[in-house]
Amino acid sequence: MSLAPGWLKMSMCKPFAAHMRTLRTLFRVLLVAAPVLAEAGFDPRNGGPGLGRPAPDYQGTIVSGDGSGLPQGSSSAAQGEAIFALRCAACHGVDGQLAGNSLVGGIGSLATASPLKTVGSYWPYAPTLYDYIARAMPYNDEKSLTVDEVYAVTAYVLYLNRIVELNQVLSDKNLADVNMPNRGGFIELQE
Amino acid sequence: MDQDSINQVIDGGLLPRRALLKASALGLATSFVLPARATENWMLHAGEPQSDYGQPSPFARLKREQTGGHPLGPAAGSSSTPLQDLNGTITPNSLHFERHHSGIPAIDPRRHTLTLYGDVRQPLQFRYEDLLAYPMETHQYFLECSGNSFRNTLATPLDLTAGSLNGLISNAEWTGIPLHYLLDEAGVADSARWVIAEGADAAGMTRSVPMSLALDKVMIALYQNGEPLRPAQGYPMRLFVPGCEGNISVKWLRSLKIQAQPAYTREETSKYTELLPNGKAEMFSLAMGVKSLITSPSGRMTLNRKGLYEVTGLAWSGAGTIRGVEVSADGGISWEPAVLQSDPRPLALTRFRLPWRWVGQSSILQSRATDEQGQVQPSRATALARYSPAGFYHYNGIQSWHVSSAGVVKNVYV
Repeated sequence: MSLAPGWLKMSMCKPFAAHMRTLRTLFRVLLVAAPVLAEAGFDPRNGGPGLGRPAPDYQGTIVSGDGSGLPQGSSSAAQGEAIFALRCAACHGVDGQLAGNSLVGGIGSLATASPLKTVGSYWPYAPTLYDYIARAMPYNDEKSLTVDEVYAVTAYVLYLNRIVELNQVLSDKNLADVNMPNRGGFIELQE
Repeated sequence: MDQDSINQVIDGGLLPRRALLKASALGLATSFVLPARATENWMLHAGEPQSDYGQPSPFARLKREQTGGHPLGPAAGSSSTPLQDLNGTITPNSLHFERHHSGIPAIDPRRHTLTLYGDVRQPLQFRYEDLLAYPMETHQYFLECSGNSFRNTLATPLDLTAGSLNGLISNAEWTGIPLHYLLDEAGVADSARWVIAEGADAAGMTRSVPMSLALDKVMIALYQNGEPLRPAQGYPMRLFVPGCEGNISVKWLRSLKIQAQPAYTREETSKYTELLPNGKAEMFSLAMGVKSLITSPSGRMTLNRKGLYEVTGLAWSGAGTIRGVEVSADGGISWEPAVLQSDPRPLALTRFRLPWRWVGQSSILQSRATDEQGQVQPSRATALARYSPAGFYHYNGIQSWHVSSAGVVKNVYV
């Protein structure tokens, strides 16, 4: 792809893309046969190996604070209680308050000598709670919860923190709207 | 040791300089000298044959210090580099510190890909073998865990080695592809300001990198000190963000999502943010502060003779190049400039050295680094005052070693 100047890429159609694949193969041969690239100094804007394969349908699993990337699904804390007891409580306690691994409490403690950072007192965004549970929990059995189970556990942790109601349904449509107590608690040091 | 070097000996604060000069150069009146006759087995018989992959001498007794994991998550722990046993500036691959959030994945590179997607003209997927064909760069960089030296933020000083206390720091020659090559190939949208990096480990480590950094020195690192990355360092590929907290150099890199906003992942909000005394917290505080420490003499060593010693250590700064390091032997009352032994490189470890005469006086050895921007390493008290009393990230206070009159070296707070 990198062989094509910008104006060509804008109007690229399928037969032309096939043509470019041929060109790219030729380029690879040239790359092996004549290692002039390094001597000339490499600038990808002038054409590089161009070995990236188009991945137009790649969705990824990254969920951002604004809720972008959330998969379609929904559940509530009422659904999450049993899942939490079975899959989470061993490390976090049935009430989510096992010392050292606490998910609950600490609101008002951040400016004291013993701040307690939890989902309730510290996390600024609810969608990234979904993201973290989906990718990294439960420990040693990561990514084993279904989408709706992750919404359920997310809701239950928020419920333990009195941020949502027991039967409040959370989904990809409304998780970003959950009002996290410490949302305004951060100073961003980059742009 | 010639007369000029002896004249550089630091005033320990306990003895006048003239008295120091009168002391004997080595302090060892007697010595045990082996005979010239070949008597050892290794001089009389053939040694071991060649090997596929070399190992250090068993007599060197090199090992990382295990700093343990969470009791419920033993693979979510760390090990630290034994700084006190090393010299020069390069961290051997086998002794590079480790910090994992869910263990070290055993990745088959044939089944691993790197995908760039999000706000790009063309989402692209690369195989490991594809990336090996790209032009690469080689740079020496330090890598420091955000939580390095956190034990020195605790109320009571722990009697541990330099490595146990401060060994979540490394310096290696990293070789890889400048990230902007791949960003250019995918075609980044004008609105894109952040690159979200995701790892392929079970923890799926995810961090947001500002585009300004991504287009500058950030690379997809494939080689570490000349060989493919070690599994514990991200094999087959890791992001490398020079000068910044280690966590953002995402290991086992599997995707890069380009977007206008940060992702605000758990690892850059709930963790790796610095709580301030007022209860607010700093986010995306990426660059590591100017810092140094003496690696010898250091904690849990014992000086077993009086005489000349070389005080030596390491200095670094996330802001660039180390301009100077000063050493004190009297707990910070007086300071002497050390010799920077390695050619100081930007964002890499710099070795410093200074001769010191120990005649049995109780001493406190310290080092204090200054970087190219004129930033000076703070005292412990100053470093702690920046953050919440419970804070432990980005601690860069001066390390103090007490040398007792018996020669026992111990971590202390000054």
